[in-house]
Amino acid sequence: MIEIKNISKTFGDQLVVDKVSFVFEQGKTNLIIGESGSGKTTIMKMMVGLHDLDEGEIIYDGENFPTLQVKDKQEIRKQIGMLFQGGALFDSQTLEENIRFPLDMFTDMNDEEKRERVNFCLDKVQLTNRNKLYPGELSGGMKKRAALARAISNNPKYLFCDEPNSGLDPKTSIVIDNLIQSITHEFNITTIVITHDMNSVVEIGENVLYIYKGKPWWTGNGKDILHTKNPELLDFVFASGFMKEVFQAVNKK
Amino acid sequence: MNLFFHLGRYFLLIKRVFSKPEKISVYAKQTVYEIDNIGIGSLPIISIISFFMGGVITIQAAFGFTNPIIPLYALGFTTRESMLLEFSPTIVCLILAGKIGSNIASEIGSMRITEQIDALEIMGINSAGYLILPKILAAIFILPFLIAISMFLGIFGGYVMGIATGACNSYEFIFGIQAFFEPWKLYYSFTKVVTFAFLITSISSYFGYYTQGGALEVGKSSTSAVVYSSILILVFNFIITQLFFT
Repeated sequence: MIEIKNISKTFGDQLVVDKVSFVFEQGKTNLIIGESGSGKTTIMKMMVGLHDLDEGEIIYDGENFPTLQVKDKQEIRKQIGMLFQGGALFDSQTLEENIRFPLDMFTDMNDEEKRERVNFCLDKVQLTNRNKLYPGELSGGMKKRAALARAISNNPKYLFCDEPNSGLDPKTSIVIDNLIQSITHEFNITTIVITHDMNSVVEIGENVLYIYKGKPWWTGNGKDILHTKNPELLDFVFASGFMKEVFQAVNKK
Repeated sequence: MNLFFHLGRYFLLIKRVFSKPEKISVYAKQTVYEIDNIGIGSLPIISIISFFMGGVITIQAAFGFTNPIIPLYALGFTTRESMLLEFSPTIVCLILAGKIGSNIASEIGSMRITEQIDALEIMGINSAGYLILPKILAAIFILPFLIAISMFLGIFGGYVMGIATGACNSYEFIFGIQAFFEPWKLYYSFTKVVTFAFLITSISSYFGYYTQGGALEVGKSSTSAVVYSSILILVFNFIITQLFFT
């Protein structure tokens, strides 16, 4: 479980995140949603320590992350898996080397055990036998899946996903969403997903935080969101006329 | 102010680079990879340049040594001194600053803008140490060998050109390259090489590591890396020469 308490962040004179508090529950897919520029990614970057926060607390299972010493922070980071928006796979390494990398760094597994773990992770993301491919040889969806495989290779307790569906077609998006959710449930991970894909919100949103202009605006789950009365959230959810029509059609049924 | 900002940030980065590695075996493997990348990858260009520069030094010296008082073995002596003292340790390192420096800055810069460095940090890895330390160690280890090869090929190039153009004969040239040899000059040369190896890799890594933006900024970092490495090589060449020759 990760809890954030009153975290704020300013860039120059612009307040980007304003006193956000939330509890990200273990074994659930926790979503942070909001418009572009609302501060979602900044919240995530503060949570993993890529940005310093101006005030507040980020508590990983009882430990206040920002106040820890560098060495203790690294211990927590070893338990974090992260799926970046662009994948962030190491270009000069094959998929196998990418997934093996955290194992080489932090475990005492022998070669055989590492190979087994790599194959297990590749199977999990449906990239069986693609061990020797380089990131440059993969499609966008495959890159995301490979990055997910690397993120879970060292059995993380916490999984962060930054817009896992950006740039993907709807069908591939669903595959990625389902993978994230099944991995979360199977390994009882605390998963935090940043997205503005409404399909993902409804499909996998078990615990949702809506951010509006840097402030926490609404919390609930993916199904509640369709019945919200919050005007800003309604604006966000039904920004596309298509979503509105789908919702009305579902309601008629 | 800007200079102090960069100096401060450079030294803080170096402190992180030399902090304790997470796993020595992974760093060692990476260092071997970098030795191959930096060393073997630079061998062809160094060989070609050194051979022909040695030849040119001999021909130019022969053209200048028209006075019959100057013995013919002076050609070999001049070629050896030029190659050992300045061409191989300094000029070749300047060429390597262009080749290796731009390569390092663009590699690390690309990793920065594609969030690969963030990925390392989030995994709990000291990204500065993992990416930069193997490059520094590899360069400090392999550059002296490369420069030794450059010295040999430069003198050999001078010998071949000297004989081919009829400027001197084999005996005189070989006598010349053995004449008045002072071993401390080799210490001087290799001190320069080790210093330059550190400067090239650390400065280029610094510019790559702090790249912000996109592809254009990676190009700018790469250019800055070459420019500042080259300037600092010349400055330190002066300082080390002053220290050894006074």
